[in-house]
Amino acid sequence: MDAYQDGAWAALGDATRRAIFERLADRPRAVGELAAELPVSRPAVSQHLKVLKDAGLVVDRRAGNRRIYQVNPDGVSALRAQLDRFWSKALATYKEVVEHPTEEIP
Amino acid sequence: MTTQAPETSVRTQIVVAAPIERAFRVFTEQFDRIKPREHNMLGVDIAETVFERRVGGSVYDRGVDGSECRWARVLAYEPPHRVVISWDISPQWQIETDPTRTSEVEIRFISETPERTRVELEHRNLERHGDGWQRARDGVASDSGWLLYLHRFGGLFKD
Repeated sequence: MDAYQDGAWAALGDATRRAIFERLADRPRAVGELAAELPVSRPAVSQHLKVLKDAGLVVDRRAGNRRIYQVNPDGVSALRAQLDRFWSKALATYKEVVEHPTEEIP
Repeated sequence: MTTQAPETSVRTQIVVAAPIERAFRVFTEQFDRIKPREHNMLGVDIAETVFERRVGGSVYDRGVDGSECRWARVLAYEPPHRVVISWDISPQWQIETDPTRTSEVEIRFISETPERTRVELEHRNLERHGDGWQRARDGVASDSGWLLYLHRFGGLFKD
């Protein structure tokens, strides 16, 4: 329906890209940091970042000899994706809390 | 369809095995356990998130050192059916002090059976958070911005 949105959602359809995006939503990171945190090679991380960037979800900037990636603050798709994750996570926890009232949620 | 442009809101829902009164009560009274913790705008760890259950109240994070971050205002509080809060957080995850640049979140509780409740959440008016993303939309520098611009333009000609 919406090419821009479709691009963003398709980009987040991949579990590794989702993991990368969630880490960037937490704070800006360099490629090397992402590769160290995830079971993915550095070239693969770079490939995923390119897809996220093309979808308008992340932007990059040069800092010395490193390239730092962050969630695109000017992209409503990025904002929607973040909020969708925020609320989906909140509702999933909520369901646990409602249906298992005596269990502590870590 | 609603009158909202679909791309400026987020919708999600869940069905829980609980009567509507309990579903509403748990959401508002135990919001501290529900809210994902990763987006912390305080400089210290969050001790708790407080949901003040009245219109005009706030939702705020309280840090372990007693500092507070008020990130939502309670706009509607209608137990057990509906609650609306503002979202005073900018896309850069900082507190937005200008209320005209904030979005809002409506949570509706719908009784499906006496023991099942559907909870619908709509985070809307995201366009109010500023013109930053609109500039991106109208910009021709990036392919994605240009694509969205074309889509919007095409949208003018269909209902």
